[in-house]
Parts: sequence; structure tokens; C-alpha cells
Amino acid sequence: MVYRRLSVVDVDLCVGCQCCMFACNRRFAEAGLSRSAIHVRSAGGFERGFVVTVCRACPDPPCMKVCPTNALELRKHGGVILKPEKCIGCQNCVEACTIGAIFWNKVEAKPVICVYCGYCADFCAFGVLKAEPLEGEKK
Amino acid sequence: MMEEDSLSRILYVDLSRRRFWVKERPELFEKWLGGAGVAIQLLKEECPKDADPFGPENPVIFAVGPLNGLFPIASKTAAMFKSPLTGNLGESYAGGRSSIALRMAGYGALVIKGSSETPVYLAVHEEDVHFREASVLWGMRSSYTVGRVIRGREPAAGVRTIMRIGRAGEKLVSYACLVTETYRHFGRLGLGAVFGSKKLKALTISGKRSFKFKKPRQYREVYDKIFEQLVTSPAMKKYHELGTAMNIGPLNEMKALPTKNLSSASFEKAEDISGESFAEKYLGRRVACAHCPVSCVHIAALREPYETEPYFYKTKMISYDYELIYALGSMLEIPSPPEVLKLIDEVETFGLDAMSTGVALAWATEMQERGLITETELSGLRLRWGDAEAYTKAIQMLVEQPNDFFRALARGVDYASLKYGGSEYALAFGGNEMPGYHTGPAAHVGYLVGARHSHLDGSGYSIDQKWSAAGRQPTAEDVAAALISEEIWRQILSSLVICYFGRGVYTQEIVVEALNVAGYPVSYQELMKLGAEILKAKYEFKFSQGFSFEGLKVPKRVLETPTPLGFISEDFIRESVNLYRRKLESL
Ligand code: SF4
Ligand code: SF4
Repeated sequence: MVYRRLSVVDVDLCVGCQCCMFACNRRFAEAGLSRSAIHVRSAGGFERGFVVTVCRACPDPPCMKVCPTNALELRKHGGVILKPEKCIGCQNCVEACTIGAIFWNKVEAKPVICVYCGYCADFCAFGVLKAEPLEGEKK
Repeated sequence: MMEEDSLSRILYVDLSRRRFWVKERPELFEKWLGGAGVAIQLLKEECPKDADPFGPENPVIFAVGPLNGLFPIASKTAAMFKSPLTGNLGESYAGGRSSIALRMAGYGALVIKGSSETPVYLAVHEEDVHFREASVLWGMRSSYTVGRVIRGREPAAGVRTIMRIGRAGEKLVSYACLVTETYRHFGRLGLGAVFGSKKLKALTISGKRSFKFKKPRQYREVYDKIFEQLVTSPAMKKYHELGTAMNIGPLNEMKALPTKNLSSASFEKAEDISGESFAEKYLGRRVACAHCPVSCVHIAALREPYETEPYFYKTKMISYDYELIYALGSMLEIPSPPEVLKLIDEVETFGLDAMSTGVALAWATEMQERGLITETELSGLRLRWGDAEAYTKAIQMLVEQPNDFFRALARGVDYASLKYGGSEYALAFGGNEMPGYHTGPAAHVGYLVGARHSHLDGSGYSIDQKWSAAGRQPTAEDVAAALISEEIWRQILSSLVICYFGRGVYTQEIVVEALNVAGYPVSYQELMKLGAEILKAKYEFKFSQGFSFEGLKVPKRVLETPTPLGFISEDFIRESVNLYRRKLESL
């Protein structure tokens, strides 16, 4: 298995269609946004373009360090894997992520965390997103 | 419907009493789908017979449908109200993030009743509804600023819509629009003025739900099929590349581009203001409505120097579309993109409908040229074709209405021409100002008979073009039949609520498949029957508010300027209207 992460190739190509957000939610064959681990908003009005927030798969993730129950486990080469059964819903991880790439699923009271599958990139018609091998994989 | 779908939840808000409540009405959404189908039922329930469009009794209804949030390019919201411009059905659509926000907030429709004593804006974040103070926002010169303030004050960036009116809505200009996400509009028929009459400055909605399916695999399959077509079809690609402005060139070539108040149907400078010209020199960014991979919205970057200081510039981002370039370009003989853009910007700042504004200014120019009005009526202004500066001032006066003439013009050209004359060239149909297509009889008959007097009702402009290309002269029967069958099908699209630009992808089969996945087991035949019923319901509302086919006026100008299908005669138009009426009666 190749460990990958998602990267934003060129945010200026983004048109703000949010098809990536809907795609992420469709991993579970559900329509909507509550389970989406990617977020696109305007950079202060549509005239200024967009901010695309995705997990960077940090090698030393701050979110993991603040979890009181160790529900977030370090993934090989970077990023975290959520063990939902351990999560107590404290939202520390949401706070801790500097770029705000951990989202909250209100319905399930659990964080929504990127699984680095790249499904969203398949639905970006403008080449903004790419799933690429992690540093450790490249060597 | 799907299990646990929130579509059938309707949020009612009463501005007079500052109260809100939710009603579950599954029967309404099961029978009428959503969007236009549900909105017209709610309008009939809520709007009394002789409602004053500016009275608290005039409701505003927003509705989405079963495909919004589920499938791509189902990105629009339907709005219904009683129109201050036509005095009957007000119906308007917009995308932006409006439909996704309403659906994801957990509602199928929002009904706004009553009116507030003082300026408010409404914030709906899923179950939370707030009436927020808006006196500070009232009277602000620019609708852009209003958006900026609310963006900063409200949560949920990225999954919210921010709809707002400008000064035009506050001042009750009958064709004031409701702006959403800065560049999209509930443009036509005066929704902005109805908001203004309710002292409702803005409306923001947000939410983040998910919906489950009984047949999840099938959902993904149908989704992928639609998505694939949206991103690969050449027609969609064109919308993305040049946007709707691509039509300026071809329509001018075929002599169907209304110019100089339709005294001509082609414009000498059309090439300069074509989609290509805008894109090459000014295109700064393209954006999309939520859940739409087509991304047709084109925004120009206009860099302007400050006159008072050297090397000091501002760059404005201004969206353009075919209709805007027609109304504020060829119609007024404005010869260059920067001047067209400046007029568009002014119209956006105040929150006016660009089409009605352009037509109103064109009519006023011709009136002054013919001496029917003078600089006295125009408060000292001298309107000249191509003079963007004078038009900029005129737009401000339309909003501020310093005298009787501008007060009349702010009610539309139909009304103004009753007072001042010049009705032969007052280009309104059923009270609504003309869209930018002089393609042939189907276009004009369509404006007259369409339930919202828009080119989008029956798309006569596209029917005409097909006949032109085939070298075919239509009969009145052809015109009536083509218009009504298209209009019936479009009731379904606007109940779902799909952007019309996606209509080529959402064929009968695809719509049926998508609806099946969404828990609506229907056939195409059943849908067409339903479309006819929705259209009938709209007409019932129109008739109850005083609309009549006999009362429709045909501006003479339309008959004087040849179309690609030749001159049209009034008799031909009347005959087509009568045939349409008979078809409607026998639905
Ligand atoms: S799909 Fe691509 S263009 Fe659309 S919002 Fe996501 S990153 Fe931006
Ligand atoms: S085609 Fe244009 S108007 Fe239609 S939904 Fe897409 S971006 Fe919006």
C-alpha cells in the first residue's frame, strides 16, 4: 500500500463549486456535507477566490497530541487514523489543528478526518486537488 | 421521498410578530416535488386575492426540491411572491449557495410572512432562527458592503448563503433584485422591493446535513453518469469557457441582438463587447454555484485609476453575462467592455434587475430624443446613446427618485409610458421588461404568454433559432405548441430545482432515474402531467390577481424591426397567444 496525502495543486484554479466536498460525503454513499473532510469557502467574498482546507497529513500531528483518549493514531509517514470507539467527542483535535482541517459531525458527535483516499480529487473538474505519495514514500 | 428526508419541513417566519415555526408537510412534497411546484401551492395558500405587493400580506416563498444537494447542477432555489412589477405572479430563481444552504439546513421551503417595523435581517442556522438588527445596514450605498458585514458577523462560512437587497430594494424600485453570494440574483420581477417593503435587508441560511439512500450503489452510479456528462459535454464546456456572453456574437450576426431600444437588431460595436472580447481582456475569475462543476459565472477584473492621485488604482471584480451586456450594452449602444462593466457595477451596487434597468434607460433615451420628455423630467440629465456617464447618473436617480418621472420609471416602462406616452417603444411584455432576444415570433409570444413573462418560460428564443437554422417559417400553431410543451417540461426542472444550463444533461431518462434514486418512483408521462398541473396552478394564481390574455399589449417596435425569421405581424402574435390560451385551458 502506498501512503498518500491530498494536496492543493493551485488554489487559484478553484471555482468554489464544492463538488469535492460532496464527493467526500459520497464515500459513504450519502448525499450532503455532514461527513465531508474537505472544506471550501470564499476568501472573503467570491471576488477574492477560495480557501480550500484539506488535511496535510502532518508527520507530527498536533491533533493527535491533544486527544485525551488516544483516539487518533499516527499513520505511517504522517496523518492520523481515528479510532471512533475511543473518541469521547471533546473536540480538542478540532481546536488543535492549525489550519482547521478537522471538521465536526454533529449528528455522530465525532470528528471528520481525511482518510487520504483521493476520491474528492476525481470530482474536481479543474485540477485543484491531487492525491500524492507522502514524503516517506518517495524515497 | 427518502426516509428521514428533511425536505418536507417548511420553516415559517412571521416578521410582524417575530416568530417562527416548522410544519412537516410531506403530502405537499410528495405530490408537487418541490421548487416551483411546491412554491406555487404555498403562494396560493398564503397570498390573498387583492394583496398589496408591498403589504405585509404578500408572502415570500423559497423552495428547493428532491434533487438539490443530491445531484450536481441541481443548484437553484425557486422564489415566489406577488410581483410589484406585473401585479401578478412573481417567480424568480437563483443559484449561488442558496439551494444547498436551504436543503442542508434541513428545510424544503421557507415562507416569510408579515413585515417588520424596523430593519432586520434573518439568520437561519439549521434549527436556530434569529431576527437580527439591521438599522445600521439600512441605507448603505452598496450591496457589496452589506454582504461583507454579514460575512463577518455570521458563522458557517462556506456552507451558507447570504441574500441581500441594495438601496433599490429599500426604495421599492419595482424591479429591484435580491443579490446572493455577490454575483447571483433572484433578478426579475422585483423580489428585492418586496424584501424592502418588509424591511428585510438580508437573509442568511446555513447547514450541513447528509441524506441516506435505500439503494446507495445506484445513487453513486446515477451521480457519476450525470457528473461525467456535465464535465465532458461540449455545450457545458462553452458555458465554462466564455459563459453566456458567448451569445453576443452569434445573435448579432443573425440580427437578433436588440440594439438602441430595438430600433435595430444588430450593433456595430458588437464584436467589441462580445464574450471573446470580455474574456480576452477582462476575465479575472470564474466561479460556480454550489454543487455545479460547470462554473459559468464570469467575473471581470476592471482596473481603474483614481483621478486625484497618480499611480493609485482600484481593481473591481464585476460579473457579466449575456443579458447584462445586452441590457446595459447594445440596448444603450455602449461601445466598450469597461463602460458596460461600470454600468453593471452600478446596477449591482444598488441591487437592480439589469434587464429592466437597461430597457427603462433605453426607453427614456428615446423619449428624450423625440422630445416627449425634456431635461426637466430628467432632472437636468441629457441621455445620449452610448453615453455611459449620463446613464450612471440616471441609474442613481432611478433609485433615489427625485421627481415624478423617476418615480414612474422606477415602476417599470409599462407604467411610465402610460403616464408619459411612448408605449409603442416601451419594451415590456405583461409588464416585464424585454429580455435580449429578437429572434422571431416564438421569443415575443413567449414573453407575452410565459407565466413569468421571461425568455426562460418557454425558451422561444431557442425555438426560433432552430427554425431559422432549418429554414422553416413557423405557423401560429407551431409557435403555441412548441412554447407550451417546453414550458410544461420546465415546470419539472424548476421543481427539482435544476439549473437550466444543465437541461441538456437532465434528459427525461436521467430525471426519471435521479428521481427514482431520491425515492420518487415516477414515469416521464406522470411528470409531464404534473408539469401541466403546475403550469395551470401558476395561471390560476395569475388570473386571481387580475391577469388576462386580452390585456396583453404588443409594443409596436417589435413589429417594426425585422427578426431573423422576418417581420412579425400583430395578427400573428395575437393568433399564437389565443392558441396558447386554448391549449392551456385544455390541459
Ligand atoms: S471541486 Fe475543485 S474547483 Fe470545486 S471547490 Fe473543490 S477544489 Fe475547488
Ligand atoms: S451553470 Fe452557472 S448558473 Fe447554473 S448552476 Fe452552474 S454555475 Fe450556477
